[in-house]
Amino acid sequence: MSNPAPAIVASASQTVGPFFHVGPARSDHLGRMAGADTPGEAMRLRVRVLDGDGVPVNDALVEVWQADAAGACPPQPAAGQSPPSFSGFGRLATNDDGWCTFETIRPGAESGAGGVDQAAHFTVCLFMRGLLRHLYTRIYFAGDPALETDPLLGIVPEARRRTLLAHPGADGATWEFTVRLQGDGETAFFDL
Amino acid sequence: MTDRRALEAGSQPPLLYPPYKSTVRRAPAQPLVQVPGRLVDLAAPVYGYLPIGELDNDLTRQHAGEPLGERIIVAGRVLDEDGRPVPHTLVELWQCNAAGRYRHRRDLHSAPIDPNFSGGGRTVTDARGNYRFLTIKPGAYPWSNHDNAWRPAHIHFSLFGHSIATRLVTQMYFPNDPLCEYDPMYQSIADEGARLRLVSRFDLSLTQPDWALGYRFDIVLRGRHSTPFEGRV
Repeated sequence: MSNPAPAIVASASQTVGPFFHVGPARSDHLGRMAGADTPGEAMRLRVRVLDGDGVPVNDALVEVWQADAAGACPPQPAAGQSPPSFSGFGRLATNDDGWCTFETIRPGAESGAGGVDQAAHFTVCLFMRGLLRHLYTRIYFAGDPALETDPLLGIVPEARRRTLLAHPGADGATWEFTVRLQGDGETAFFDL
Repeated sequence: MTDRRALEAGSQPPLLYPPYKSTVRRAPAQPLVQVPGRLVDLAAPVYGYLPIGELDNDLTRQHAGEPLGERIIVAGRVLDEDGRPVPHTLVELWQCNAAGRYRHRRDLHSAPIDPNFSGGGRTVTDARGNYRFLTIKPGAYPWSNHDNAWRPAHIHFSLFGHSIATRLVTQMYFPNDPLCEYDPMYQSIADEGARLRLVSRFDLSLTQPDWALGYRFDIVLRGRHSTPFEGRV
Protein backbone atom coordinates (compact mmCIF):
# COMPACT_ATOMS: atom_id res chain seq x y z
CA MET A 1 0.00 0.00 0.00
CA SER A 2 1.51 3.32 -1.03
CA ASN A 3 -0.16 5.53 1.58
CA PRO A 4 1.72 5.16 4.89
CA ALA A 5 -1.26 6.16 7.04
CA PRO A 6 -0.80 5.45 10.75
CA ALA A 7 -4.18 3.79 11.13
CA ILE A 8 -5.15 0.34 10.01
CA VAL A 9 -7.91 -0.40 7.58
CA ALA A 10 -11.09 -2.21 8.52
CA SER A 11 -11.35 -5.87 7.53
CA ALA A 12 -13.17 -6.54 4.28
CA SER A 13 -16.78 -7.61 4.41
CA GLN A 14 -17.83 -10.92 2.87
CA THR A 15 -21.25 -12.36 2.24
CA VAL A 16 -23.13 -14.09 5.03
CA GLY A 17 -23.82 -16.90 2.52
CA PRO A 18 -26.85 -19.19 2.47
CA PHE A 19 -26.02 -21.29 5.53
CA PHE A 20 -25.88 -18.74 8.38
CA HIS A 21 -28.76 -20.59 10.04
CA VAL A 22 -26.23 -22.95 11.64
CA GLY A 23 -24.66 -19.93 13.37
CA PRO A 24 -26.16 -16.52 14.07
CA ALA A 25 -29.76 -17.48 13.29
CA ARG A 26 -29.68 -20.85 15.04
CA SER A 27 -32.47 -19.74 17.32
CA ASP A 28 -35.53 -17.68 16.53
CA HIS A 29 -35.85 -16.20 20.01
CA LEU A 30 -34.51 -12.88 18.72
CA GLY A 31 -37.78 -12.41 16.88
CA ARG A 32 -39.48 -11.80 20.22
CA MET A 33 -37.97 -8.46 21.08
CA ALA A 34 -40.37 -7.43 23.82
CA GLY A 35 -42.04 -9.26 26.66
CA ALA A 36 -45.43 -8.80 28.27
CA ASP A 37 -43.81 -6.53 30.87
CA THR A 38 -42.20 -4.22 28.31
CA PRO A 39 -43.74 -0.75 28.51
CA GLY A 40 -45.26 0.41 25.26
CA GLU A 41 -47.71 -0.48 22.55
CA ALA A 42 -47.31 -4.07 21.39
CA MET A 43 -46.89 -4.46 17.65
CA ARG A 44 -45.81 -6.94 15.05
CA LEU A 45 -43.32 -5.94 12.36
CA ARG A 46 -43.49 -8.13 9.25
CA VAL A 47 -40.62 -7.72 6.81
CA ARG A 48 -40.52 -9.23 3.33
CA VAL A 49 -37.48 -9.28 1.05
CA LEU A 50 -37.75 -9.41 -2.77
CA ASP A 51 -34.91 -9.66 -5.29
CA GLY A 52 -34.59 -7.81 -8.60
CA ASP A 53 -37.02 -10.21 -10.27
CA GLY A 54 -39.57 -9.77 -7.49
CA VAL A 55 -38.78 -13.25 -6.23
CA PRO A 56 -38.97 -13.70 -2.45
CA VAL A 57 -35.54 -14.01 -0.85
CA ASN A 58 -35.73 -17.06 1.38
CA ASP A 59 -32.21 -16.77 2.79
CA ALA A 60 -31.91 -13.23 4.11
CA LEU A 61 -30.84 -12.37 7.65
CA VAL A 62 -32.73 -9.35 8.92
CA GLU A 63 -31.56 -7.38 11.97
CA VAL A 64 -33.60 -4.58 13.45
CA TRP A 65 -32.55 -2.03 16.08
CA GLN A 66 -35.03 0.26 17.78
CA ALA A 67 -35.60 2.70 20.62
CA ASP A 68 -37.88 1.92 23.52
CA ALA A 69 -41.40 3.35 23.82
CA ALA A 70 -40.00 6.58 25.26
CA GLY A 71 -37.63 7.03 22.33
CA ALA A 72 -34.52 6.12 24.28
CA CYS A 73 -31.82 3.62 23.43
CA PRO A 74 -32.40 0.77 25.88
CA PRO A 75 -29.78 0.64 28.63
CA GLN A 76 -27.03 -1.79 27.78
CA PRO A 77 -26.01 -3.95 30.74
CA ALA A 78 -22.36 -4.75 31.36
CA ALA A 79 -20.98 -8.04 30.09
CA GLY A 80 -22.08 -10.90 32.29
CA GLN A 81 -25.25 -9.25 33.50
CA SER A 82 -28.64 -10.67 32.69
CA PRO A 83 -30.26 -9.32 29.56
CA PRO A 84 -33.24 -7.02 30.00
CA SER A 85 -36.63 -8.09 28.74
CA PHE A 86 -36.29 -5.48 26.01
CA SER A 87 -32.94 -4.93 24.37
CA GLY A 88 -33.95 -3.06 21.23
CA PHE A 89 -32.31 -5.68 19.02
CA GLY A 90 -33.97 -8.34 16.91
CA ARG A 91 -32.68 -10.82 14.36
CA LEU A 92 -34.47 -13.32 12.13
CA ALA A 93 -33.95 -15.29 8.95
CA THR A 94 -36.60 -14.92 6.26
CA ASN A 95 -38.80 -17.95 5.65
CA ASP A 96 -39.46 -19.80 2.39
CA ASP A 97 -41.79 -17.00 1.29
CA GLY A 98 -39.29 -14.25 2.06
CA TRP A 99 -41.00 -13.03 5.25
CA CYS A 100 -39.94 -12.66 8.86
CA THR A 101 -42.01 -11.36 11.77
CA PHE A 102 -40.80 -9.52 14.86
CA GLU A 103 -42.94 -9.26 18.00
CA THR A 104 -42.06 -5.97 19.62
CA ILE A 105 -43.34 -2.63 20.84
CA ARG A 106 -43.76 0.51 18.80
CA PRO A 107 -40.58 2.59 19.10
CA GLY A 108 -40.88 6.13 20.43
CA ALA A 109 -39.53 9.11 18.53
CA GLU A 110 -35.88 9.79 19.36
CA SER A 111 -34.10 13.04 19.72
CA GLY A 112 -31.36 12.90 17.15
CA ALA A 113 -28.02 14.62 16.78
CA GLY A 114 -28.28 18.35 17.43
CA GLY A 115 -31.58 17.95 19.24
CA VAL A 116 -33.54 17.51 16.01
CA ASP A 117 -36.45 15.19 16.57
CA GLN A 118 -36.60 12.10 14.47
CA ALA A 119 -39.69 10.19 13.43
CA ALA A 120 -40.20 6.80 15.07
CA HIS A 121 -38.33 4.13 13.14
CA PHE A 122 -36.51 0.85 13.05
CA THR A 123 -32.97 0.69 11.74
CA VAL A 124 -32.39 -2.37 9.57
CA CYS A 125 -29.24 -4.28 8.77
CA LEU A 126 -29.70 -6.74 5.93
CA PHE A 127 -27.49 -9.69 5.03
CA MET A 128 -27.87 -12.41 2.41
CA ARG A 129 -26.18 -14.58 -0.16
CA GLY A 130 -25.32 -12.23 -3.01
CA LEU A 131 -24.63 -9.26 -0.75
CA LEU A 132 -20.88 -8.89 -0.35
CA ARG A 133 -21.56 -6.06 2.11
CA HIS A 134 -24.59 -5.69 4.32
CA LEU A 135 -27.17 -2.99 3.62
CA TYR A 136 -28.53 -0.40 6.02
CA THR A 137 -32.02 0.99 5.74
CA ARG A 138 -34.79 2.38 7.94
CA ILE A 139 -38.43 1.53 8.44
CA TYR A 140 -40.81 4.39 9.23
CA PHE A 141 -44.55 4.34 9.90
CA ALA A 142 -46.78 5.49 7.05
CA GLY A 143 -48.99 8.38 8.11
CA ASP A 144 -46.73 9.54 10.94
CA PRO A 145 -46.84 13.38 10.92
CA ALA A 146 -43.22 13.46 12.13
CA LEU A 147 -42.08 12.10 8.75
CA GLU A 148 -42.26 15.63 7.40
CA THR A 149 -39.38 16.80 9.55
CA ASP A 150 -37.30 13.66 10.02
CA PRO A 151 -33.73 14.73 9.22
CA LEU A 152 -32.57 11.44 7.75
CA LEU A 153 -35.65 10.96 5.61
CA GLY A 154 -35.04 14.51 4.45
CA ILE A 155 -31.80 13.56 2.70
CA VAL A 156 -33.45 10.68 0.80
CA PRO A 157 -34.52 11.75 -2.70
CA GLU A 158 -38.19 12.59 -2.40
CA ALA A 159 -39.39 10.00 -4.89
CA ARG A 160 -37.71 7.25 -2.89
CA ARG A 161 -38.97 8.17 0.59
CA ARG A 162 -42.06 6.01 0.23
CA THR A 163 -39.79 2.97 -0.05
CA LEU A 164 -39.00 3.39 3.65
CA LEU A 165 -42.59 3.22 4.88
CA ALA A 166 -44.25 0.31 6.64
CA HIS A 167 -47.99 0.03 6.14
CA PRO A 168 -50.57 -1.12 8.67
CA GLY A 169 -52.23 -4.50 8.37
CA ALA A 170 -55.91 -5.19 9.02
CA ASP A 171 -55.54 -5.79 12.75
CA GLY A 172 -54.01 -2.39 13.47
CA ALA A 173 -51.15 -3.96 15.45
CA THR A 174 -49.24 -5.36 12.47
CA TRP A 175 -47.06 -3.26 10.19
CA GLU A 176 -45.69 -4.64 6.93
CA PHE A 177 -42.55 -3.54 5.15
CA THR A 178 -41.19 -4.78 1.84
CA VAL A 179 -37.52 -4.59 0.93
CA ARG A 180 -37.08 -4.39 -2.85
CA LEU A 181 -33.45 -4.92 -3.72
CA GLN A 182 -33.76 -3.65 -7.30
CA GLY A 183 -36.20 -2.29 -9.85
CA ASP A 184 -39.48 -0.41 -9.41
CA GLY A 185 -39.71 0.92 -5.89
CA GLU A 186 -36.16 -0.13 -5.05
CA THR A 187 -35.66 0.46 -1.33
CA ALA A 188 -33.38 3.34 -0.41
CA PHE A 189 -30.26 2.06 1.36
CA PHE A 190 -27.78 4.15 3.32
CA ASP A 191 -24.02 4.42 3.25
CA LEU A 192 -22.72 5.17 6.72
CA MET B 1 -13.30 12.08 -0.47
CA THR B 2 -11.33 11.94 2.74
CA ASP B 3 -7.83 10.51 2.98
CA ARG B 4 -9.38 7.66 4.83
CA ARG B 5 -11.71 6.93 1.97
CA ALA B 6 -8.79 7.02 -0.45
CA LEU B 7 -6.88 4.64 1.75
CA GLU B 8 -9.82 2.33 1.89
CA ALA B 9 -10.32 2.27 -1.86
CA GLY B 10 -10.49 -1.32 -2.97
CA SER B 11 -10.43 -2.67 0.57
CA GLN B 12 -14.15 -3.47 0.55
CA PRO B 13 -15.93 -5.48 -2.12
CA PRO B 14 -18.41 -3.75 -4.44
CA LEU B 15 -22.09 -4.59 -4.13
CA LEU B 16 -22.34 -5.64 -7.76
CA TYR B 17 -19.67 -8.16 -8.75
CA PRO B 18 -20.97 -10.26 -11.66
CA PRO B 19 -18.40 -13.07 -11.30
CA TYR B 20 -20.31 -13.82 -8.08
CA LYS B 21 -23.62 -14.49 -9.79
CA SER B 22 -25.96 -13.95 -6.86
CA THR B 23 -24.98 -10.28 -6.72
CA VAL B 24 -26.61 -9.62 -10.10
CA ARG B 25 -30.24 -9.70 -8.92
CA ARG B 26 -29.58 -8.77 -5.31
CA ALA B 27 -27.19 -5.81 -5.34
CA PRO B 28 -29.09 -2.49 -5.24
CA ALA B 29 -28.98 -0.71 -8.60
CA GLN B 30 -29.56 2.79 -7.22
CA PRO B 31 -26.75 4.66 -5.46
CA LEU B 32 -26.65 4.40 -1.67
CA VAL B 33 -27.84 7.50 0.17
CA GLN B 34 -24.79 9.10 1.81
CA VAL B 35 -25.41 9.99 5.45
CA PRO B 36 -23.69 13.25 6.42
CA GLY B 37 -21.83 13.56 9.68
CA ARG B 38 -24.34 15.94 11.26
CA LEU B 39 -26.89 13.11 11.28
CA VAL B 40 -24.52 10.72 12.97
CA ASP B 41 -25.88 9.10 16.08
CA LEU B 42 -23.77 6.28 17.35
CA ALA B 43 -26.03 5.26 20.20
CA ALA B 44 -27.57 1.96 19.28
CA PRO B 45 -28.51 -1.23 20.98
CA VAL B 46 -25.62 -3.66 20.76
CA TYR B 47 -26.29 -7.33 20.73
CA GLY B 48 -23.74 -9.20 22.74
CA TYR B 49 -24.51 -9.42 26.42
CA LEU B 50 -26.67 -12.53 26.26
CA PRO B 51 -25.14 -15.14 28.51
CA ILE B 52 -22.50 -17.17 26.72
CA GLY B 53 -22.35 -20.87 27.58
CA GLU B 54 -19.09 -22.35 28.78
CA LEU B 55 -18.73 -24.50 25.67
CA ASP B 56 -20.05 -22.02 23.13
CA ASN B 57 -16.52 -21.36 21.85
CA ASP B 58 -15.69 -25.07 21.57
CA LEU B 59 -17.28 -26.58 18.48
CA THR B 60 -15.69 -29.97 19.22
CA ARG B 61 -17.71 -30.56 22.39
CA GLN B 62 -21.27 -29.84 21.38
CA HIS B 63 -22.26 -33.50 20.97
CA ALA B 64 -21.77 -36.85 22.68
CA GLY B 65 -18.90 -37.81 20.39
CA GLU B 66 -16.04 -35.95 18.80
CA PRO B 67 -16.31 -34.51 15.31
CA LEU B 68 -14.05 -35.92 12.61
CA GLY B 69 -11.30 -33.74 11.23
CA GLU B 70 -8.25 -31.78 12.20
CA ARG B 71 -8.69 -29.91 15.50
CA ILE B 72 -7.71 -26.27 15.22
CA ILE B 73 -7.55 -23.29 17.53
CA VAL B 74 -8.66 -20.07 15.89
CA ALA B 75 -7.73 -17.02 17.93
CA GLY B 76 -6.92 -13.39 17.48
CA ARG B 77 -7.66 -9.84 18.44
CA VAL B 78 -10.48 -7.54 17.52
CA LEU B 79 -9.23 -3.99 16.95
CA ASP B 80 -10.65 -0.75 15.67
CA GLU B 81 -9.08 1.29 12.89
CA ASP B 82 -7.00 3.23 15.37
CA GLY B 83 -5.46 -0.01 16.58
CA ARG B 84 -7.33 -0.01 19.87
CA PRO B 85 -8.67 -3.32 21.16
CA VAL B 86 -12.44 -3.82 21.06
CA PRO B 87 -13.28 -5.44 24.41
CA HIS B 88 -16.44 -7.31 25.43
CA THR B 89 -17.91 -7.64 21.98
CA LEU B 90 -19.72 -10.63 20.59
CA VAL B 91 -17.91 -12.81 18.04
CA GLU B 92 -19.97 -15.47 16.27
CA LEU B 93 -18.69 -18.00 13.76
CA TRP B 94 -20.10 -20.77 11.62
CA GLN B 95 -18.67 -23.26 9.17
CA CYS B 96 -19.07 -26.58 7.35
CA ASN B 97 -17.61 -29.82 8.65
CA ALA B 98 -14.28 -31.41 7.74
CA ALA B 99 -15.82 -33.00 4.67
CA GLY B 100 -17.17 -29.71 3.32
CA ARG B 101 -20.83 -30.13 4.32
CA TYR B 102 -22.98 -27.73 6.33
CA ARG B 103 -25.53 -29.13 8.70
CA HIS B 104 -28.24 -27.34 6.77
CA ARG B 105 -31.29 -28.56 4.91
CA ARG B 106 -30.37 -26.61 1.79
CA ASP B 107 -26.79 -27.90 1.57
CA LEU B 108 -27.09 -30.62 -1.07
CA HIS B 109 -23.38 -31.46 -1.41
CA SER B 110 -22.93 -35.24 -1.33
CA ALA B 111 -20.22 -35.13 1.37
CA PRO B 112 -21.23 -36.78 4.66
CA ILE B 113 -22.91 -35.03 7.58
CA ASP B 114 -20.95 -35.38 10.80
CA PRO B 115 -23.43 -36.17 13.59
CA ASN B 116 -20.99 -34.72 16.10
CA PHE B 117 -20.58 -31.34 14.47
CA SER B 118 -23.10 -28.52 14.26
CA GLY B 119 -20.71 -25.83 13.07
CA GLY B 120 -21.79 -22.78 15.07
CA GLY B 121 -20.04 -21.04 17.97
CA ARG B 122 -19.81 -17.73 19.78
CA THR B 123 -17.76 -15.94 22.37
CA VAL B 124 -17.10 -12.46 23.74
CA THR B 125 -13.74 -10.69 23.48
CA ASP B 126 -11.85 -10.16 26.72
CA ALA B 127 -10.72 -6.81 28.10
CA ARG B 128 -7.87 -6.70 25.56
CA GLY B 129 -9.98 -7.65 22.59
CA ASN B 130 -8.85 -11.28 22.43
CA TYR B 131 -11.05 -14.16 21.36
CA ARG B 132 -10.43 -17.90 20.98
CA PHE B 133 -12.29 -20.84 19.47
CA LEU B 134 -11.60 -24.55 19.27
CA THR B 135 -13.05 -26.18 16.17
CA ILE B 136 -12.13 -28.50 13.31
CA LYS B 137 -10.68 -27.39 10.01
CA PRO B 138 -13.52 -26.95 7.50
CA GLY B 139 -13.33 -28.65 4.11
CA ALA B 140 -13.62 -27.12 0.67
CA TYR B 141 -16.89 -27.71 -1.17
CA PRO B 142 -18.39 -27.27 -4.62
CA TRP B 143 -21.05 -24.65 -5.34
CA SER B 144 -23.12 -23.78 -8.36
CA ASN B 145 -21.75 -20.31 -9.19
CA HIS B 146 -19.92 -21.45 -12.33
CA ASP B 147 -18.58 -24.62 -13.91
CA ASN B 148 -16.42 -26.56 -11.46
CA ALA B 149 -16.69 -23.87 -8.77
CA TRP B 150 -15.25 -24.68 -5.34
CA ARG B 151 -15.23 -22.56 -2.23
CA PRO B 152 -11.87 -22.45 -0.48
CA ALA B 153 -11.96 -23.66 3.12
CA HIS B 154 -13.33 -20.78 5.19
CA ILE B 155 -14.99 -19.86 8.47
CA HIS B 156 -17.72 -17.21 8.61
CA PHE B 157 -17.39 -14.51 11.28
CA SER B 158 -19.96 -12.03 12.56
CA LEU B 159 -19.07 -9.12 14.88
CA PHE B 160 -20.94 -6.19 16.34
CA GLY B 161 -18.43 -3.82 17.88
CA HIS B 162 -19.91 -0.94 19.84
CA SER B 163 -22.09 0.88 17.34
CA ILE B 164 -24.21 0.07 14.36
CA ALA B 165 -21.50 1.34 12.03
CA THR B 166 -19.02 -1.26 13.26
CA ARG B 167 -21.17 -4.25 12.29
CA LEU B 168 -19.13 -6.73 10.24
CA VAL B 169 -19.74 -10.10 8.63
CA THR B 170 -16.71 -11.60 6.94
CA GLN B 171 -14.94 -14.86 6.17
CA MET B 172 -11.59 -16.21 7.33
CA TYR B 173 -9.47 -18.20 4.88
CA PHE B 174 -6.50 -20.50 5.37
CA PRO B 175 -2.89 -19.88 4.28
CA ASN B 176 -1.75 -21.07 0.86
CA ASP B 177 -5.15 -22.32 -0.26
CA PRO B 178 -4.95 -22.74 -4.05
CA LEU B 179 -8.71 -22.29 -4.36
CA CYS B 180 -8.63 -18.61 -3.31
CA GLU B 181 -7.28 -17.68 -6.73
CA TYR B 182 -10.48 -18.98 -8.34
CA ASP B 183 -12.98 -17.84 -5.71
CA PRO B 184 -15.13 -14.86 -6.74
CA MET B 185 -16.01 -13.97 -3.17
CA TYR B 186 -12.37 -13.70 -2.18
CA GLN B 187 -11.47 -12.03 -5.48
CA SER B 188 -14.28 -9.47 -5.14
CA ILE B 189 -11.91 -7.47 -2.91
CA ALA B 190 -9.77 -5.47 -5.33
CA ASP B 191 -6.92 -4.64 -2.98
CA GLU B 192 -4.48 -7.50 -2.52
CA GLY B 193 -3.50 -6.42 0.98
CA ALA B 194 -7.14 -6.37 2.02
CA ARG B 195 -7.62 -9.86 0.59
CA LEU B 196 -4.59 -11.17 2.45
CA ARG B 197 -5.89 -9.73 5.72
CA LEU B 198 -8.74 -12.24 5.49
CA VAL B 199 -6.24 -15.09 5.39
CA SER B 200 -5.40 -16.50 8.79
CA ARG B 201 -1.80 -17.14 9.73
CA PHE B 202 -0.49 -20.48 10.99
CA ASP B 203 0.99 -19.81 14.43
CA LEU B 204 3.07 -22.48 16.10
CA SER B 205 2.90 -20.66 19.43
CA LEU B 206 -0.87 -20.94 19.33
CA THR B 207 -0.89 -24.69 18.80
CA GLN B 208 -1.66 -26.99 21.67
CA PRO B 209 0.91 -29.81 21.58
CA ASP B 210 -0.55 -33.26 20.97
CA TRP B 211 -3.98 -31.67 20.52
CA ALA B 212 -4.64 -28.91 17.99
CA LEU B 213 -3.00 -26.64 15.41
CA GLY B 214 -3.27 -22.87 15.79
CA TYR B 215 -4.38 -20.22 13.32
CA ARG B 216 -4.32 -16.53 14.16
CA PHE B 217 -6.91 -14.20 12.68
CA ASP B 218 -7.08 -10.56 13.72
CA ILE B 219 -10.16 -8.57 12.80
CA VAL B 220 -10.39 -4.78 12.37
CA LEU B 221 -13.71 -3.02 12.87
CA ARG B 222 -14.40 0.51 11.75
CA GLY B 223 -13.30 3.18 14.23
CA ARG B 224 -15.57 5.48 16.14
CA HIS B 225 -14.39 8.73 14.63
CA SER B 226 -12.56 7.67 11.53
CA THR B 227 -14.90 8.87 8.81
CA PRO B 228 -17.41 11.68 8.67
CA PHE B 229 -19.96 9.24 7.33
CA GLU B 230 -20.07 6.68 10.03
CA GLY B 231 -22.80 6.48 12.55
CA ARG B 232 -26.26 5.27 12.99
CA VAL B 233 -28.93 5.66 10.35
